[in-house]
Amino acid sequence: MTKHLNLTLHVWRQKNAKCDGKFVEYPAADISPDMSFLEMLDVVNEGLIRKGEEPITFDHDCREGICGTCSMVINGRPHGPKERTTTCQLHMRSFNDGDSITLEPWRAEAFPVIKDLMVDRGAFDRIIAVGGFISVPTGSPQDANALPIPKQNAELSMDAAACIGCGACVAACPNASAMLFLSAKVSHLGLLPQGQPERYTRVRDMVAQMDAEQFGTCTNHGECEIACPKGIKMENIARMNRDFIKASLTYRVVSGGGGAG
Amino acid sequence: MSVAEKSIAGAEARGHGFLASSVGRKVVMAASGIMLFGFVTVHMLGNTQAYMGAEAFNGYAKFLHTMVHGDGIWVFRAVLLVAVGLHIWAATTLTLDNNAARPVGYRAQQNVASTWSSRTMRWSGVILAAFIVYHLLHLTLGTVHPAFNHDNPYANFVSGFKVPAVAGFYIVAQLCLGLHMWHGVWSFTQSLGWSHPRYDGLRRNFATGLTVLVVGVNISYPIAVLTGFIR
Repeated sequence: MTKHLNLTLHVWRQKNAKCDGKFVEYPAADISPDMSFLEMLDVVNEGLIRKGEEPITFDHDCREGICGTCSMVINGRPHGPKERTTTCQLHMRSFNDGDSITLEPWRAEAFPVIKDLMVDRGAFDRIIAVGGFISVPTGSPQDANALPIPKQNAELSMDAAACIGCGACVAACPNASAMLFLSAKVSHLGLLPQGQPERYTRVRDMVAQMDAEQFGTCTNHGECEIACPKGIKMENIARMNRDFIKASLTYRVVSGGGGAG
Repeated sequence: MSVAEKSIAGAEARGHGFLASSVGRKVVMAASGIMLFGFVTVHMLGNTQAYMGAEAFNGYAKFLHTMVHGDGIWVFRAVLLVAVGLHIWAATTLTLDNNAARPVGYRAQQNVASTWSSRTMRWSGVILAAFIVYHLLHLTLGTVHPAFNHDNPYANFVSGFKVPAVAGFYIVAQLCLGLHMWHGVWSFTQSLGWSHPRYDGLRRNFATGLTVLVVGVNISYPIAVLTGFIR
């Protein structure tokens, strides 16, 4: 039988967006190394509830690494010490008996804390709402290969589309910049023929919304790329910068005049 | 700001120009950075004539002052001044935005990918700005030089670096230049979108090679004077 772990948690507790928060220390005793990080928090919370205390609030949903909800900074790294891993897929065997673990919410002006470790990532939704989609009636599926797409572009587009919008890039960025998220969304559409009609309005609109949400700006540290649980590459940021420069040089102001109906 | 206000702010931001946007200001940062790094490279190359003796060095200085009937140097100065102004403006506004983007910091942030060079850009930049002011007062205007002679730049150069404290400051400033250039040269390729798997290794190596060359040669000048190699 593997040895169980006894840990000390330092957890950010904050009642709501208006209150100040503080770190509170909790013991996490007799933790199985086979538990996921969130299961460990479930155990701690059950203990708190039994004692009549307020459980630690944290975001979670699918618990299989694809929804991007389980946002928390574990010992200074979003989703913990392992690369390409969300918090729910992080197992307690990554920690040692006696470890001290600091848990903090994503820290960004654009992501206000709702409670404890849970933040409001509505800023990402508003960025998507201004251009992260394709305005065409999709109808029923076309024949495969009706639209020729180079294999490599399809692969690069899929790599960018792997973004789950978790916000780890913002959390890891020393400037709280959302450039990796934005560039993934701009790239996965911009690399495909279906994304071309709106390619250059999309990038301008999404960057404008990113700025309005008060995300920081990119200084090319590269922390986002390491923190991303889906391995989104900084190459996407360069692609977005190229598209933005081209869009800024060539965009036309839309006039009020209308065509037929 | 409320959710509705943020949506309205986004709609307004779309009407703002290139220079108001974060990515636009990054492009200004990169473009002015290219001009400045181009200048320090040429400056370093021109000054290698110090190793050819007083005649060559003073002749080079005379050429700079008389090219295009004496107007050439002012064209260069004007362009550089604009580049420095834009670089400082972009850096200041972007830094203020970045500080506002994370009002509450982490207790235990771990840096994994960033380098000492990338994290100290703001400090190395401020030190470089102060150094450039001193450097102009020292070897261009001569106001802080103890024995300045407008007609003999070579003598100013040698007697200036004979003071160990001055030579030391120049060396420290060059190390700051190295920190700034190593991240900056790589960074402008990224900001302008020059990324491709075939050339990504090259971008890093270009930044490293150029930084070592410029800083190495520049540091050699005060050391050569202090050790008596240049007299």
